[in-house]
Amino acid sequence: MTDQSTALTSQTAAQIAALISAGEASAVDVTQAHLDRIASTDGALHAFLRVDAEGALSAAQAVDDKRKAGEPLGPLAGVPLALKDVVVTKGLETTSGSKILSGWIPPYDATITSRIKDAGIIILGKTNMDEFAMGSSTENSGFGPTRNPWNLDRVPGGSSGGSSAAVAGSLAALGIGTDTGGSIRQPAAVTGLVGHKPTYGGVSRYGLIAFSSSLDQAGPFGRTVLDTALLHETIAGHDPADSTSIPSPVPPVVAAARAGAGGDLTGLRVGVVRELGGQGFDDGYEPGVLSSFAQAVDVLTELGAEIVEVSCPHFGYALAAYYLIAPSEASSNLARFDAVRYGMRVGDDGIRGLDEVMALTRQAGFGAEVKRRIMIGTYALSSGYYEAYYGQAQRVRTLISRDFEAAFAGADVLVSPSTPTVAFPLGARTEDPLAMYAADLCTLPASLAGTPAISVPSGLADGLPVGLQIMAPTLADDRCYRVAAAVESALDARRGHPLLQEVPIR
Amino acid sequence: MTAISRDDVAHLAHLARLAVTDEELDLFAGQLEVILESVAHVADVAADDIPPTTHAVPLTNVTRPDRLGPSLPPEEVLAAAPAAEGGRFRVPRILDEPA
Repeated sequence: MTDQSTALTSQTAAQIAALISAGEASAVDVTQAHLDRIASTDGALHAFLRVDAEGALSAAQAVDDKRKAGEPLGPLAGVPLALKDVVVTKGLETTSGSKILSGWIPPYDATITSRIKDAGIIILGKTNMDEFAMGSSTENSGFGPTRNPWNLDRVPGGSSGGSSAAVAGSLAALGIGTDTGGSIRQPAAVTGLVGHKPTYGGVSRYGLIAFSSSLDQAGPFGRTVLDTALLHETIAGHDPADSTSIPSPVPPVVAAARAGAGGDLTGLRVGVVRELGGQGFDDGYEPGVLSSFAQAVDVLTELGAEIVEVSCPHFGYALAAYYLIAPSEASSNLARFDAVRYGMRVGDDGIRGLDEVMALTRQAGFGAEVKRRIMIGTYALSSGYYEAYYGQAQRVRTLISRDFEAAFAGADVLVSPSTPTVAFPLGARTEDPLAMYAADLCTLPASLAGTPAISVPSGLADGLPVGLQIMAPTLADDRCYRVAAAVESALDARRGHPLLQEVPIR
Repeated sequence: MTAISRDDVAHLAHLARLAVTDEELDLFAGQLEVILESVAHVADVAADDIPPTTHAVPLTNVTRPDRLGPSLPPEEVLAAAPAAEGGRFRVPRILDEPA
């Protein structure tokens, strides 16, 4: 790889857009540099399920033509992006990481796909993921695992692990993930990225392949807080095609990221959640994660924030409630894979009936974790069990939201580690579903309450990235960005360089 | 204690239209039991007087203007189907007698 193309792939999205808009680099050159990087490194990472070189170069050419014609360019025009394969793309195969959808070419674009294209952002391809976004390591993909650019023997988190690996490995400047229980924040944390789960309803879900409809939310990955905010503003906002989309203005996340970079948090009240890695609740948390978290809290104090301890007594039930609600909704959503309208069909020999063909197709097309969750959900929704499981989980969800309300009465934002451990080795948790679920321990409460939360790097433990989670009240996404930007600039200044500069793969 | 037998798994799999092998019955019986046991403690929370939350952001009766718009072309939709015939989805037989 030439020095010039390395230089282009190591820039932030904001820098790339500035170079293109000033005519110092063409969008085609930027895109080609990233395609070259994918060609040289993705054999080892497997971040992408498919690369759309032709589509990317033609979108880049359109940006260059627009600039030459003197038309105004958006703030991310020409910037290459990695799109999670749960988001449908017209004319480009979309599988949601499942063999059952192998070969499916969607006839329409998701709303966020259209918004990304309209902004002149270049979609390089579709990224690997846990099948139907069910998992925390990307090992549940129907198409093989993705590896972490920090250490190829470790997972990149999940379910959006293809996007996190692509952005952390400089194969793309930006990434899109979806977060149902932590699937943006946890992969961001373990790959040293910034990842934000917007307020539920803040970003359109039209054209996202549904997993758990009351929890699913798409959001941005970036290498900096500002890049992440710029992508957030591009994809967010009301969409009449999604009935859960909130009809209110997008929170001013870009302005908040710029303001936060100034580093002054005087007067801000930061709540440390006792039940999420706070004092006395360190079970399952690695010491390196807890010490990185403590240092981040010290940084917040130095920046002028007032630290208060808050208790959210029902957060301890979040994991149980989540692993009832999400599978229940999944068992219903995944009923659409019926071997009739799209995807795989197995055993249609002219003799077998529809029910049997459907059952054989779903056996062949779904992986083990998807089958487990469909059956758990079927169980939890069965008459006789409904009240004790699904109904009770929904009540716990109310109590978790009330814990948040009480905590936000005394704090402007809440903080915790993003995930209890650094990236674990491939294979370490695949035989133990409960150990895999525990990776989402810290991220689940905000998922259940629908509140926004961001993960920003707090440093390294044993040479692997650790994330700080910042949670804010509904529609106060801008607070997450403000605090994250302040932490980022303070830690970058202390370190002398951005954390991602230490990624070993070149 | 939530005991899940092979028969329970077979019943759930049937309800969910999932074919399962004998080995899967054993594997899933053990795993589902462990998972259900670990989530059963949601019942420990005294919450009889607590209303359930179905959605984090309560929006009700969301409507949009009833306007004519283009639909997807039938040939594009059918192109994604595993089998199509005469402009329709072709399904395996749905009645009991073999064709």
